[in-house]
Formats: sequence, structure tokens, C-alpha cells
Amino acid sequence: MKGYNFAYLDEQTKRMIRRALLKAVAIPGHQVPFGSREMPLPYGWGTGGIQVTASILGPRDVLKVIDQGADDTTNAVSIRRFFAKTAGVRTTTATAEATVIQTRHRIPEKALRDDQIIVYQVPQPEPLWRLEPSRVETRRMHGLADYGLMHVKLYEDIARFGQVSISYDYPVMVNGRYLMSPSPIPAFDNPKMDMMPALQLFGAGREKRIYAIPPWTRVKSLDFDDHPFRAINAPHACGLCGATDAYLDEVVMDDHGGRLFVCSDTDHCAERRAAGHPGMGGTKEAAE
Amino acid sequence: MTDPTLLTARGLSLSFGAIPALRDVDVDLWPGEMLAVVGESGSGKTTLLNVLSGRLAPDSGIVRYRDPQDRLHDVHAMPAPALRTLHRSDWGFVHQDPRQNLRMAVSAGGNVGERLMAQGARHYGDIRATALDWLSQVEIDADRTDDLPRTFSGGMLQRLQIARTLVTHPRLVFMDEPTGGLDVSVQARLLDLIRSLVARLRIAAVLVTHDIAVARLLAQRIAVMQRGRIVETGLTDQVLDDPRHPYTQLLVSSVLTV
Repeated sequence: MKGYNFAYLDEQTKRMIRRALLKAVAIPGHQVPFGSREMPLPYGWGTGGIQVTASILGPRDVLKVIDQGADDTTNAVSIRRFFAKTAGVRTTTATAEATVIQTRHRIPEKALRDDQIIVYQVPQPEPLWRLEPSRVETRRMHGLADYGLMHVKLYEDIARFGQVSISYDYPVMVNGRYLMSPSPIPAFDNPKMDMMPALQLFGAGREKRIYAIPPWTRVKSLDFDDHPFRAINAPHACGLCGATDAYLDEVVMDDHGGRLFVCSDTDHCAERRAAGHPGMGGTKEAAE
Repeated sequence: MTDPTLLTARGLSLSFGAIPALRDVDVDLWPGEMLAVVGESGSGKTTLLNVLSGRLAPDSGIVRYRDPQDRLHDVHAMPAPALRTLHRSDWGFVHQDPRQNLRMAVSAGGNVGERLMAQGARHYGDIRATALDWLSQVEIDADRTDDLPRTFSGGMLQRLQIARTLVTHPRLVFMDEPTGGLDVSVQARLLDLIRSLVARLRIAAVLVTHDIAVARLLAQRIAVMQRGRIVETGLTDQVLDDPRHPYTQLLVSSVLTV
């Protein structure tokens, strides 16, 4: 596209971001500050992820963008179109075809390979932010690996509700050292991060932080020995493709209690339907 | 005394600008012993406590701590992670205001359990059992375990702070006016509690107080401070019954008797 550098950002900015990325990969789970730029979309819409993607994109890359697992939501469509325009790269909705996947709130159901990179959009990189208001103090806690406070939160949940009540952005320990926010993906997706062959990069634009998990790194969701981590999912099958092992969204169909559970990963669902897996449709709750 | 000391300080001096807060202070503390530091406001008691516990660096002088493996550590030369580990395992700190130490948005049980979890305890059932045990030891009802500290009275908060501090079985506890700001009957119960816990667990403690009665009740040894200097030190009963230094005499004679 005329008048713009390849992939929108200027080369100096990309160098700066790549330096931060290298440091982040070298220290898995550690938050590296970077000079986040103004992007042509508002904070909270993926400014961090889009800057990371812009910095790692090459002309031969194939880009996939998902938002809540879907390829066809506004955010996903706009970011995909943005890079098609400014970088001229090929885009796709098929997980297997992509070399770079930018995501918000999900990890694709299909296992990623070692020649793929997944870029997460992160609103709040600090896992301790609700527990400790001071950033000086949380930095010190990360420095000293002093994470008792996070377990206090889990303890409180179990004491109050009988189980850990964090359903998304479930904190993880990376490589046995750094406590990390996995971005607001459902806890269901946490196990996919463990020993993932693909490189995982995280960008938080407003908070100006980058962090990363190198391929084949141990990622453990926090838990207690007698209350082990469990991935939670709706106890249903996908109404369109019948999948029982995929993360499901609940869609209200009418105002008579009709609802449909569908795969949140649209590509996964479409692939299964094309392969001939039928769904049972929606469910109807008994009227009161 | 032939036992090796637990904590030794030599020649501590510290000035805040032109104001000398500590002047050439020596302190020895033996295992299982309680040392009271008394003196008027501004005599440097709290500063001494902060320097001994490594929270504040002195201008000159040295503080040495002997760990359970009989190694000596220069408290102010320790790396920050080691000092922090010490503070949450072997040591404890009881503040005058329990709100400084407690997490007010976390339940009583969680407050007691935090130090265990910081030490790596990862079994919910065990942590909870230990928390319940400690709450009963400081006379807090089991059915208040999941209540937030802000629903507790002042005396209960102080007892909760003590449970939270002692749960890791520290060998050395620093106490800064633990009974300050409480009414007299609550004070008496709290003093009783501290005395029995400290004796049973053989905890050594440095107790800062301006209340001579508290010192007399709890401490085996006493150090009297005036304007940053320790003017008199010795066995508590000896010093209080037969004060030598004019300032100590003044202090003892000014206690109200009813």
C-alpha cells in the first residue's frame, strides 16, 4: 500500500518491538516493557497484539485472526483486512494454513505446529493486579518469585465457593519461575499452552508490556494438591457439529428458553461439518 | 550465659538529618528470651526495631543473626530475597496497628494461611486445618474463619495478627507496641496470650513498649532507651526494682499506681 511502510509500523519501531520480543522469549513469562505506539484502532481492541504481529510478519506469512474463536467477528475481520492492505500478506481462516495467528480470548482447537506463531491480545498483563495495587510491589514479587498472594486468592475461592471460581484469565506458572496472565482465554484453553510446539507471544498495548512462552515450555495452571486444576466446559455437544471436546458458546435462540451450544472456534466447527459430523441442534429448557 | 546468641547488634548508629535516632547501641538476644525496649516517645525504640529487623539500614554498626544451621548472617548485607525469606519464615513482625500487617480484603483463614502458602504449602486441606488450629489458639471462633477482618474488633484483629505471624513457628518475633490502643481488659487477655504462646513455642522476641507494666509482665530482660542511647539494661525485675540511671528512676517513679 502506497504511503505506508510494510505492515504499517516503521522499521525502527519494529526493531524496538523485536528486541523486546527476543528478551521476552529469553525469559519465559517475564513482562518486558516496550514503547507501545498509537495504532489506528482504540486501546482494548488489540493494539498490543497488532503491534507484535506487525513486527514479526514477513511477505510470505499467512495470517489468521480470531476473536473469541471466531474468524467472522468485527475485530477479527478488521485486523485481517488491515494487514491484507498494509502488508499485502495472504490471509486465511483455516488454522492449519496459517503461519501467524493473532487471537483474542481463545486458542484454536486444532493443535498448533512448530512452524506457527500465536499472538495473544492482552488487556492486563499483570496477573496480580487485582490483589496488589502497587506496580512497584508486584515487580518486586515477580523478582523474588513471591507468589503466596495468588494462592491466597485461590484459597479464598475454595473457602467461599468450594472451588476455584476463575473461569478465564486463569493464572499460570511459566517454566516454574514466573507467574503469568494467559490473557483472557477460558481456563479450558490453559492446558493447550503447556508444551505447545508453537511460539506464543503476548502483547499488551495500553499497558506497554510484551511477554512470551517459547516452544516446548512447561506452563502449569495454579492449583492445590487436593484441589487440582480442572478445565471447565459446558456439559453439552456442539449443536452444529456434535463436538464434545471443543469449547462451547451458549447462544440464546428465542425468549422461550431455547438455546444452542456451538463451538466458539468457527473454523474447527466448519471443518467438522464439512467432514460430515451432524449436530443435534438447539435445546429447549422446560418452561417454568 | 554460655549459649550462643540468636541476634547480636554492635555499635548501631543512625541519624535522620541532624537528629540522632540511635547512638552506639549494642543488643544481645538469646534463643527463647524476650527483651523489652522501653523509653519515652522519640527515644528511638521503633527505629531500633526497624534496624534490628533489617527494614532500615544503620549509618554504622552491624546486626548478626544466627540461623538454625548455626550460620551467622549480617542482616544488612543479606541479599533482598534471603532477607524476605527470613521475614516470612524464621522471623515475624507484630505491628501496633494490625491493619498494617493483615490483608483486610482477605478472610481470617486466608490471612493466617498466607505465610504458609508463601513458603510453598500447596495442600488446601492442610492449610485450612492449620489456620483453624491457630485461630483457636488465639481464641477466635471457628465460625469466624471465613469472615473478613474488617468485621473484627480491635482486640480480635491483634490476635489475628499474632496467629498470622506465629503460624510458621518463627524463632524470632519483633513486636512494636502490640497492646497499644487497646482497652485495659483486652490488653490483659492479649498479654496473657502472648506470654503463654511465647513460652510454649520458645520464641525469642524483641518487644518495644512504652508501658513498663507490659515489659515487667512479659520480658526477662529490659533495655531502657533515652535519646537514641541504651542508658540501662539488665534483668527486668532488677532494673525496675532498683533503677540506677536517673532516667530509669524517673520512668519507674512516674508509673501510676491505683
